[in-house]
Amino acid sequence: MTPTTRKWSIIGACAAVPLVATPALAQAAGVEDKYRWLTFTIFAVVIGITMFVTYLAAKRVRSASDFYTAGGGVSGLQNGWAIAGDYLSAASFLGIAGLISLYGYDGFMYSVGWLVAYISVLLLIAEPCRNIGRYTLSDILAYRNDPKKVRIVGALSTITVSTFYLTAQMVGGGVLVKTLIGINYETSVVAVGVLMLLYVIFGGMVATTWVQIIKAVLLVAASIVIVVLVWAPYGFSLPGFLTDVVGDPRVQARVATLLGDPAKSMTAAELGQRFLEPGLYFKAPIDQISLGMALVFGTAGLPHILMRFFTVRTAVQARRSVVWAMIIIGGFYVMTLFLGFGAAHLVGSANIAGVDAGGNMAGPLLAQYIGGGPDSFLGNFMLAFVSAVAFATIVAVVAGLVLASASAMAHDLFVGVIRAGKETTARGQVVAARVATLIVGAMSIAIGIAAKGQNVAVLVGLAFAVAASANFPCVLLTLYWKRCNTGGIVTGMLVGTIAAVGLTLVSPNLTYPLAVKAAAHKVLDAAPAKRIAAVEATASADPAVAAKASKDVIALDKAVAKANADLTKWGNETTSFMGLEKPLFDLKNPGLISIPLGFLGVILGSLFMRDKRAEQMWNEVYARQNTGLLVSKSVAL
Amino acid sequence: MATPDVVDWDAIIRDPRFQALHRRKSLFLWGLMAISVFYYFLLPIGAAYYQDLFKIRVWGPINFGLVFALSEFIVAWAIALIYSRRASRDFDKMAAEIAAEFGLKTKGTGA
Repeated sequence: MTPTTRKWSIIGACAAVPLVATPALAQAAGVEDKYRWLTFTIFAVVIGITMFVTYLAAKRVRSASDFYTAGGGVSGLQNGWAIAGDYLSAASFLGIAGLISLYGYDGFMYSVGWLVAYISVLLLIAEPCRNIGRYTLSDILAYRNDPKKVRIVGALSTITVSTFYLTAQMVGGGVLVKTLIGINYETSVVAVGVLMLLYVIFGGMVATTWVQIIKAVLLVAASIVIVVLVWAPYGFSLPGFLTDVVGDPRVQARVATLLGDPAKSMTAAELGQRFLEPGLYFKAPIDQISLGMALVFGTAGLPHILMRFFTVRTAVQARRSVVWAMIIIGGFYVMTLFLGFGAAHLVGSANIAGVDAGGNMAGPLLAQYIGGGPDSFLGNFMLAFVSAVAFATIVAVVAGLVLASASAMAHDLFVGVIRAGKETTARGQVVAARVATLIVGAMSIAIGIAAKGQNVAVLVGLAFAVAASANFPCVLLTLYWKRCNTGGIVTGMLVGTIAAVGLTLVSPNLTYPLAVKAAAHKVLDAAPAKRIAAVEATASADPAVAAKASKDVIALDKAVAKANADLTKWGNETTSFMGLEKPLFDLKNPGLISIPLGFLGVILGSLFMRDKRAEQMWNEVYARQNTGLLVSKSVAL
Repeated sequence: MATPDVVDWDAIIRDPRFQALHRRKSLFLWGLMAISVFYYFLLPIGAAYYQDLFKIRVWGPINFGLVFALSEFIVAWAIALIYSRRASRDFDKMAAEIAAEFGLKTKGTGA
């Protein structure tokens, strides 16, 4: 495919949170056909390295502790890189750069919450969890409570959160890989799934950790190269760089498109400057605050992140891991400022949105441009390299999620509940873990294929919301509140999960046929007059005006076709999937309501179902989480 | 998980050194936590309700909003480093002393 055959179109209306690739991909943005060998070579090298690491790791996996926590033998620095690798998913790696390239300031503001989230992890969660936990989230909850009951709710919540996150990753990953290297969606999903299964089944946490470290190092290295190349021409001056960004007519045109009518009274310079001001993406402030709460408290409740703290031996190493992770993750988000604004300026926002409405291709397209464009060897090399990093990213994140789900299934449900009280041998535990991994992995591939074409962006936000509303209150209160007990944990988990999922089901994230049809009618009503005006303008003497007008005609025809398709699709339906005509609840992310409800659940549940034993064991929990006494026992067991 | 052990947890909690650790650590942790949450939410609140302030240009095209967003990174890193230095200087030592004493007793009196 050559650039001239690409029809760029702005699908600006499709402003779903671009955490994952939106399904409405216009066409592949992959490497040119004659350079495809390059893509396959780079992919083969990256996969080869990770496979070699898995081969080495496989020899070291003998016990459940090796499988779930790499035997506790990971250092703070290594774990910091692995956390960064686990956390910088395709969502944050491609999504945030894309958001900045399309919406400017709001995209950058969005990235801040993802870093601040680690403060709660560092201050409140990491060290106590290392001191009293062993393999899973439920281990912490089970310490002074009825193990069977809390393991069941803890495992269910872990599987719920991980499955939401996993589905978003699989669908987003499938679309990305399809776009980047041009293989079909189902093959992409199966490739991601099978590779991930090889890492996890054979190499357990050791291989998963190293795959995440390798991926994070590649990601950071690639970003540094691109940032240096983008920024160097300005002598590394921030105002110099941004002056060029806001002075770019394409950036100004993008802002004009986003603002609509109010833009008509603004000068070009004002439009450009507007790109650095808030409000182009987040229309309802309360949504941004609610999402911020889900991020800041949810990260500390993500099972696959918590699990990483069991891979280090001491609380001091756990603390070091978070500090390193914060330096790496924060440094990366600062770089997205250059990736995003650089892409808007050099590639053009409209071109980015034309390939993927969510903006996910901003980083890869920028890499291609910086290397010399779609016709150059270096441009294709850079694109292929970034594509390989994106692929490694998806596989590494999926591996972490599957490991978390599998540990909940095998360690909590099978060993802890079904075979409670019976001795399970070390070998038996590893077999159970591998079987659970296979089940979860097969499910994730099936879900990925089944969810093809669905807008799954909402699921990442939902995963964070459930983690913040169910897991976070339970973990926090069992660590810091004497009265917290089994009744509180069970109530809190259920209330938090049901509130987060329930509120999302009645939120504006779902499709409401009446609203869709009303919007379609509006487009159709306005179209004839607009089309006449645009067709007239194509005859204009000014070639720029004429060119713009013919583009407008094409865009208008597309909008009309889409409106007609919507009307046919929704026919006589008047209600959403939940049987509602309009949203019952206005927030896009339920955090603002569901997090307090989750806390209330734990508190009321604990107070109504008092448990003497949980209170008697408080001293032990509190002394242990602070001193780390007997931590060697939990590592060794 | 809760295998019976011979550490006298109640004695640790009563120990004045543990009480001192608990007091200093709690105050420090929750204080830093409150500061960081407060500072973080200033950003979305400011971006939503104080746009005129965020639009003030301070250096070329760079406006106050951009500087404030960048300051969030500095503050997050600063909190991480402050906590980590304080913990490794004070809290770790206090915890290690307590653990050493009661851990030794455990070994001494254990079966």
